[in-house]
Amino acid sequence: MSTKILILFTHPRFEQSQNNALLLQRIKDIPEITINDLYEKYPDFDIDTEHEKSLLQDHNVIVWQHPFYWYSAPPLMKHWIELVLEFGWAYGPGGNALKGKLVFNCITTGMQKSAYTRGGQTMLTLRELLVPFERTALQCNMEYLPPFVVHGTHRISKDERWNIAGIYREILEKIINGDFTSNEIKKFTCLNDWFINIKPNYA
Amino acid sequence: MNFLSQALIYLAAAVICVPFSKRLGMGSVLGYLFAGMLIGPFVLGLIGEKGEDIMHFAEFGVFMMLFIIGLEIEPSQFWKMRKMIAGMGSVQMTGTASVIFFIMLFSGIVWQTALAVALAFAMSSTAMVLQTIKEKGLSQTSSGQAAFSVLLFQDIMIIPVLAFLPLLAFRSVSESYNINPSLIDGYPEWLQVLMFFAAVSIIFIAGKFLFVPLLRIVAKTRLRELFTASSLLLIVSVSLLMQVIGVSPALGAFLAGVVLANSEYRHELESDLEPFKGLLMGLFFIGVGASLNFTLILSKPTPIFLLVLAVMTVKFIILYANGKLFKLMPDQNILFAFALSQVGEFAFVVLAFANHLMIINRELTDIMMAVTAITMTLSPILLLINERIIDPRFGVKEQPENLEPDEIKEKNPVIIAGFGHFGSTIGRFLRANGVEATILDHNSDHVQLLRKMGFKVYYGDSTRVDLLKSAGAENASIIITSVDSPATNQKLISVIQKHFPHLHIMAKAKNRAEAYELIDMGLKNIYRENLHTAVKLGIDVLVKMGKRRYTAIRQGQKFLKYDEETIPQMAEYRHNQKLYILKTRETYKLEEELLSKDVDYYPAADDHSWDSTYIRESLNKE
Repeated sequence: MSTKILILFTHPRFEQSQNNALLLQRIKDIPEITINDLYEKYPDFDIDTEHEKSLLQDHNVIVWQHPFYWYSAPPLMKHWIELVLEFGWAYGPGGNALKGKLVFNCITTGMQKSAYTRGGQTMLTLRELLVPFERTALQCNMEYLPPFVVHGTHRISKDERWNIAGIYREILEKIINGDFTSNEIKKFTCLNDWFINIKPNYA
Repeated sequence: MNFLSQALIYLAAAVICVPFSKRLGMGSVLGYLFAGMLIGPFVLGLIGEKGEDIMHFAEFGVFMMLFIIGLEIEPSQFWKMRKMIAGMGSVQMTGTASVIFFIMLFSGIVWQTALAVALAFAMSSTAMVLQTIKEKGLSQTSSGQAAFSVLLFQDIMIIPVLAFLPLLAFRSVSESYNINPSLIDGYPEWLQVLMFFAAVSIIFIAGKFLFVPLLRIVAKTRLRELFTASSLLLIVSVSLLMQVIGVSPALGAFLAGVVLANSEYRHELESDLEPFKGLLMGLFFIGVGASLNFTLILSKPTPIFLLVLAVMTVKFIILYANGKLFKLMPDQNILFAFALSQVGEFAFVVLAFANHLMIINRELTDIMMAVTAITMTLSPILLLINERIIDPRFGVKEQPENLEPDEIKEKNPVIIAGFGHFGSTIGRFLRANGVEATILDHNSDHVQLLRKMGFKVYYGDSTRVDLLKSAGAENASIIITSVDSPATNQKLISVIQKHFPHLHIMAKAKNRAEAYELIDMGLKNIYRENLHTAVKLGIDVLVKMGKRRYTAIRQGQKFLKYDEETIPQMAEYRHNQKLYILKTRETYKLEEELLSKDVDYYPAADDHSWDSTYIRESLNKE
């Protein structure tokens, strides 16, 4: 299948969002991208698992996009994971529906990159804090890529925000074009770093 | 002696003797029997030959009892216990009847008579035993269930037994001189059987196409006494039909009951006829007591008491063996065997009918009836002995087991009173989740329509205590009051609070005004009809106007919570200001108060959930 990206987006108060709003704004016109706004679709948390499963089947790259509230994702994301990733479908015996698909987190966080250190304030690195997502992906036979991160969201300037949204777009386009290898990407702790490595003038 | 003095004697006897017998723990049936014996020709001699006429009148009470039994048979309950009912029941009846039949034969009685007596004696007393079981709380024990199964089987067996008796008569040696010439006299037997089945079919067809529509028409008049009159008319006509054909009228009444068991009027019929049944049954037993031939008993005490002993022993042994066969524990088995060892009131019916058909002569009938009455008298004494002396010797007492899904189900735990739009939505939701509620509604058209759609709805005025009882209110745990009219709803609630205080009431309120009333009545679970729907619509409006859906929903939730809180507040305000006195002032003042509260309600102001703007501003201040 040609690359199609499914953005699973959860934001409980999107009307106040600036960073996530701009990220979505700058990618929504790309035809190969489907944006699945979970809090708008399922505000009662009554997820239509059959529909979600067929969406997953139609795409080969999945993005969990969310603000990194309290070192995790908003509840509806977890709810989605619990309900949609069914035993015997996503994992377990006969659970091959998601085999080989790529998945990564796209997160926005108020903390700076430097704050996420082992033994520091956050106790673990950002990559390590994302292990629950990584393990979820691996258990479903998916390939987990490093996250795309927007740091320092409370103090980020308009220009910085615009730039980083542009980087997000370019990364997604690169993925759509197949212009990468996962092993290359996995050498880096985040997608941003991988991208800057290829295109230094974006730094 | 004119009618009034007769009535005085009967009623006085009943009113004096029955409370006395109940006091002694012997049940009302014995009380009536004693009353009859007392006023009968052998003791006080207050009633004599005239007793015969009263008997016919009171026989009607037996018909009613059978009608109600037919009415109350629940096919699903029956099906679940089918093994026990068919198994234990058939063993008991065939066993008992056979042994007694042979005893009679050896005593030199002709086989037709012996058979009739054997069949009569095989019956136990449904009324007495069920009452005892209920009173002692034994319904869920294995002895209670065994007793119930056997009795139910007997109840059903009455049909074939009563139908069978006339066939005995035509082969009997005595002259076929009938007091009520029947239609089928003189026809060949096979034709008579055919006509019998034809009669039964007529009852079933008439039930569907005549009885129920008739009741529907009468129900529309909303005159309760008319409804009662129609039900009595029903029983009378069916009984008469059967009598004319030469079959037991009691059987006809039973069939009519079965036919109507599935109609929406079941509970209404039960509650309307209950008082009549009780009174007429009482009269019946008084009549039986009066017709007990003491002269005969006193002239032949030995054979009679020997017979009593023989019959009760035989029954006991067979019951005990039966229980053992079906694996009852010893202590339960003894209780079961003692409880059913008497000969029951159906024996009177069978014996009387057999006598009427000249299968049994007068003297033998009197003896057998005396035997029956004596066994009924002894039965509670036996149970008392069991309770005091025998039972305590058993170490392990059986606790009422947790029921398997296979066993009897108690009546539904949920009752819905009022099945309009609101009630029916609840009913559908509960049913979709496996909860089948008992439903009552007072609109006969409505009931008819709902039944067509597959709901089990019962017709009746749910504010009546007897109807609620009949619908199982004593055993239920929840009642949903969703009657349309607030006045009726509140009346219903006060009836429930008074008579069924254990019932958890979940009340619908049409609007705020009704909600305030219900709070004043002490209710906590009040559900206003329109609240959630109006807020839901409001949420959708916000979404259409561009708000994020999740935010709109949260706002809706907050508003619901706020609005619910205003209910007790406003109820108190209304009470304190005594606003309920003047209706016009009430509405205006309450509206005013509510709106002034709303002004201070601004949930968004303090809502900093996920408020990044707020965080940003605070951080950037530093």
